[in-house]
Amino acid sequence: MKQTPLYERHVALHAKIIDFGGWAMPVQYSNVIDEHRTTRICAALFDICHMGEIEVKGPQALDLLQAALTRNLTDQRIGQVKLSALLNDQGGVIDDLTVYKFQDDLYWLVTNATPRERDVLRVTALLRNLKFDCRVEDISDRIGKLDLQGPQSEKILQPLAGTDLSAIPYYHFRESTVAEIPAIVSRSGYTGEDGFEIYAAADHIASIWDRLLDMGAPIGLKPAGLGARDTLRLEAGMMLNGQDITEEVCPLEVPYAWLVDWNKDFAGKAPLLACREKGIRRRLIGFEIIGRGIARNGYKVYAGEKEIGRVTSGSFSPTLNKAIGLAFVDVEYAQPATRLTIAIRELRAQAVVVNLPFYKRKKKTLTAKEDV
Amino acid sequence: MSKPHPQDRLYSQDHEWVKTESDTVVVVGITDYAQEMLTDIVFVELPQAGRKVKKGDAMAVVESVKSVSDVYAPVSGEIIDTNTALENTPDLINSDAFGEGWIAKIKLDDANELQSLLTADAYEALIKEETH
Repeated sequence: MKQTPLYERHVALHAKIIDFGGWAMPVQYSNVIDEHRTTRICAALFDICHMGEIEVKGPQALDLLQAALTRNLTDQRIGQVKLSALLNDQGGVIDDLTVYKFQDDLYWLVTNATPRERDVLRVTALLRNLKFDCRVEDISDRIGKLDLQGPQSEKILQPLAGTDLSAIPYYHFRESTVAEIPAIVSRSGYTGEDGFEIYAAADHIASIWDRLLDMGAPIGLKPAGLGARDTLRLEAGMMLNGQDITEEVCPLEVPYAWLVDWNKDFAGKAPLLACREKGIRRRLIGFEIIGRGIARNGYKVYAGEKEIGRVTSGSFSPTLNKAIGLAFVDVEYAQPATRLTIAIRELRAQAVVVNLPFYKRKKKTLTAKEDV
Repeated sequence: MSKPHPQDRLYSQDHEWVKTESDTVVVVGITDYAQEMLTDIVFVELPQAGRKVKKGDAMAVVESVKSVSDVYAPVSGEIIDTNTALENTPDLINSDAFGEGWIAKIKLDDANELQSLLTADAYEALIKEETH
């Protein structure tokens, strides 16, 4: 298994280590519920070095990204982050990734860990065909990434940051320093809380980790693992690549239709158009279990006796104190308040379709424009 | 580290404990080591009273936030009682695995079956092996 630069620290903290897409990652340090709640009420620090970064550089960098990604990026400002999707030739989602604009001719794609190599192949192949004047480089091994998430994140990070964090709106970033180390500080994350994604040279990321934990400990900051990351993102209604989203899923079947700009060309548009005209047959929905039981990935979903879908993510929700999940169901059963049953071993558990997200934080009335 | 293992009961290789209540009835739970491995237990599926189990059958299910684990019957017999307190407070297993967190009472088919279980010392040796 591949190890992040923080692996020795996880071992020293007695983390439980699991194989996540070929990476030896901490799933929990104390326990998932504690780490989850710490993130919701205070702040937690996550090792996210396994995620990928692809640099796209050159005069025609934007042209390449416009051709490769579903979202229109012409109005993206320097210092802004945009979520987008990279599709295969069948219109299926290879990756849902974020685009960082550093300069008119310099972008990063921040990728999920599992599809990283497929992303690189796809974007490189498109570049080869379209012959734009730019280059694509996988810089993941040189870059480390930490996520500092939770309402106390700004308070913890500010004394170590070389920039005024309150001036960074949601889904924006600054090139600055953290603990005197050159770093990119982005106000974004995967937990549904305020917080930051911090990028720095892989060689120096451990110093930032140490300094943040030192600085944050008196406030209540703790390290958190992939277990809490998963329950946090699920409560926030965010999908997990490789589980909720695979290459067999088109963006119209999941809550990603808003990432598609039909007014431009992009790789995978033709099959997606066909899909839009034909209409989708299944949709990803959120559900809550009524009563007892926890639905897990792969469990079958029924309407009466008829099998109508499968659970893709399911867990106990520490914030809501009930079992929640995401499932693909036939479109006629996708309306909120629809009653479903889910086979949990011998039990048929009652469930109801609900709107996403399951959990939404109370936002401060900030000036920051919510423009993801 | 997990708590010391009470000497007043026997243990299975699958991390259940078995305490004799009378000549024919035993109380069954999972060990403190097992709950520590599972962490934050959020759901317990109890067996139906009256169900017959064979040694090694999955008789209950314990779920943490991230995992689903079977609890195996450490002996053969009939389930005569279950700890319904676990339905609303499954974390009793985390806080008191050897006491309040008991799972079921089993009426033994054959008391001789207890001889196949491990003593506290033998069980401790087993988990030492597992953790090293």
